[in-house]
Amino acid sequence: MDSSSFAVRCRNVIKVYDTGSQKVTALNGINLEIALGELMMLVGPSGCGKTTLISIIAGILDQDDGYCEVFGEDLLNMSIQRKLNFRARNIGFVFQAFNLLPALNAAENVSIPLIINGMKRAEAERKAATLLEQVGLGARVTALPSELSGGQQQRVAIARALVHSPRLIVCDEPTSSLDHETGHRVMALLKDVALHKDRALVIVTHDARIFDFADRIAKMDDGCIVEVKGATNRNLSFHQPTRSKR
Amino acid sequence: MNTLVRCQFSLHDKLKLSLAIRELKTMNHIAIKMLMGDKGKYLGIVMGLTFASLIMTQQPAIFLGLMSRSYSFISDVGLPDIWVMDAKVQFIDDIKPLQDTELYRVRGISGVKWAMPMYKGLLKARLVDGTFQTCNVVGLDDATLIGGPPVMLEGKLADLRRSDGIIVDIDGATDKLGKPSPIPGGKTIPLKVGDSLELNDHRAIIVGIAKVTRTFQSQPVIYTTYSRAKSYAPKERKLLSFVLVKAKPGQDLTELTRRIRAATGLAAYTQKEFMSLTYEYFMHNTGIPINFGISVLLGFIVGAAIAGQTFYNSTLENLRQFGVLKAMGTSNWILLRMILLQAVLVGTIGYGLGVGLTAIFGYSMRHSILAFKFTWELLLFSGTGVSLICIFAALISIIKVIRLEPAIVFKG
Ligand SMILES: Nc1ncnc2c1ncn2[C@@H]1O[C@H](COP(=O)(O)OP(=O)(O)OP(=O)(O)O)[C@@H](O)[C@H]1O
Ligand SMILES: [Mg+2]
Repeated sequence: MDSSSFAVRCRNVIKVYDTGSQKVTALNGINLEIALGELMMLVGPSGCGKTTLISIIAGILDQDDGYCEVFGEDLLNMSIQRKLNFRARNIGFVFQAFNLLPALNAAENVSIPLIINGMKRAEAERKAATLLEQVGLGARVTALPSELSGGQQQRVAIARALVHSPRLIVCDEPTSSLDHETGHRVMALLKDVALHKDRALVIVTHDARIFDFADRIAKMDDGCIVEVKGATNRNLSFHQPTRSKR
Repeated sequence: MNTLVRCQFSLHDKLKLSLAIRELKTMNHIAIKMLMGDKGKYLGIVMGLTFASLIMTQQPAIFLGLMSRSYSFISDVGLPDIWVMDAKVQFIDDIKPLQDTELYRVRGISGVKWAMPMYKGLLKARLVDGTFQTCNVVGLDDATLIGGPPVMLEGKLADLRRSDGIIVDIDGATDKLGKPSPIPGGKTIPLKVGDSLELNDHRAIIVGIAKVTRTFQSQPVIYTTYSRAKSYAPKERKLLSFVLVKAKPGQDLTELTRRIRAATGLAAYTQKEFMSLTYEYFMHNTGIPINFGISVLLGFIVGAAIAGQTFYNSTLENLRQFGVLKAMGTSNWILLRMILLQAVLVGTIGYGLGVGLTAIFGYSMRHSILAFKFTWELLLFSGTGVSLICIFAALISIIKVIRLEPAIVFKG
């Protein structure tokens, strides 16, 4: 496989947190490849380094050693401004705690990535409203996050992660704050609207009930990838979004 | 070819710039919403700044008003250019009498167009009901009556030439010199033209009512002629308080004061100099400036503490949101501008409210005894104070946000 068919390639990535009093080796030589069109899940016990790893992959944290390439770009050695632009254009985020801006309504929240990429507000909000319709929130476009249920908030967050068509979407425990059924629906939605043949999804989860949605599952322990399960044949995971479904 | 390249270059630059500006403008909208998202905090910040701005404008306005009273007698006496007095005089009410002969010495100095005597002193007046009231008596040159009250409400200044004539200021006439009401507990009856009182056993008849600018002295002001004032005053060798001098046209005033000093050994000040001498005396020898200084400082500190603290708290509370924006690719520069905008916004609103309230306060107090002088310098003064608070609040918030690691967004 040539490098252009990978969304992410990590080679021997090491991350040590230095809290002053002690050093914590969060990642201890990570080797991982995520193919385009793939939904990769990261699982493992608490504290094994899952969040640290996706932070590095998303370009919001620098590794101490090793090499990490996202869409062929070495984020570690990028200038600050280029890295910001890279993140703004290519990365979508979904968080366990949703992290919506409470003072902004659903459409305004979803429009933020577009605004950061320089789109005019009115246009961005129009586009955001269209996407909200696709995730089944067409009627709640002007609702504040506090007026939405957890599942609805996570759908808004997913719309926000997708609105600027990023090529990599990183999710940290996207279903942990949701009940089983809502979590299932959110995952279905994520897989449905997010996965594209030139896009990849990395999802950190504890939630065994959503493992079925993964193309591959990487199991981590103590800062290392100990096992990768699932088909490596990317063609199996090609998935065209069927937007008419909703 | 060259121009084409240059043209393309500048076009590209302009495009980049306009993109950045557009991002900034739309992020501004988000900044404002974030600020106002928590109504309680937002109100707290604005109220803190309003308080600071009110105290920092209103207290100095009262201070300036009060201080301007220290020299208002001098500015009321408009005509003379130069005041001549004993060399040891420190301020307007610090009377150290001169001999009458000094008047003639001053008149003899070249460059002096005219020189007039003035008596100023505290004398006891006996009212019709037999009570006594200390009054500030001003004696004017018998012939010219130079140095009279600025505004006559009743009668004319020239009426002082009538026998036993005095002019009383309106506040004194209505209040301290007023006749007791026939009904117990009722309002005093103001003195009118034609009424009389006794000054040192001499009869004095009111021939006019004047309006004078309020001074530090709360006593009633009585104007009369110089010779009559001398007869009212206790018999002393020296009774001349000031010599008021008008310079010849074209005469340099500083030069003339120097000449008067040299010739007489007395002190000679231009009107401005005498005003600032008096002002400085009160600045350095009374607790007024320090008292007001403490008020202003307290307003500044309390305002800064409330507003700065709440602003910072609100930033801390929004830190995760700033982290999300950062993770999504917002630069520190834009975040900095967002926080600055928030600070400028609350600062402007708080400042406007504070200054507005001060103006309303001053306006509603315009007829009261309260001293109040609202100058444009005060706007600058409190504006600077509020700006300092906002800059301080924004700065500590900005440092926090710039140091923020975007990786916190994944933390629970
Ligand atoms: N900012 C930090 N400073 C110091 N140590 C940290 C920091 N962030 C994480 N760690 C440590 O690094 C290790 C890996 O943390 P990480 O958050 O990546 O784990 P995780 O797999 O996401 O755990 P969880 O499933 O509980 O979210 C842990 O031991 C954690 O204590
Ligand atoms: Mg984690």
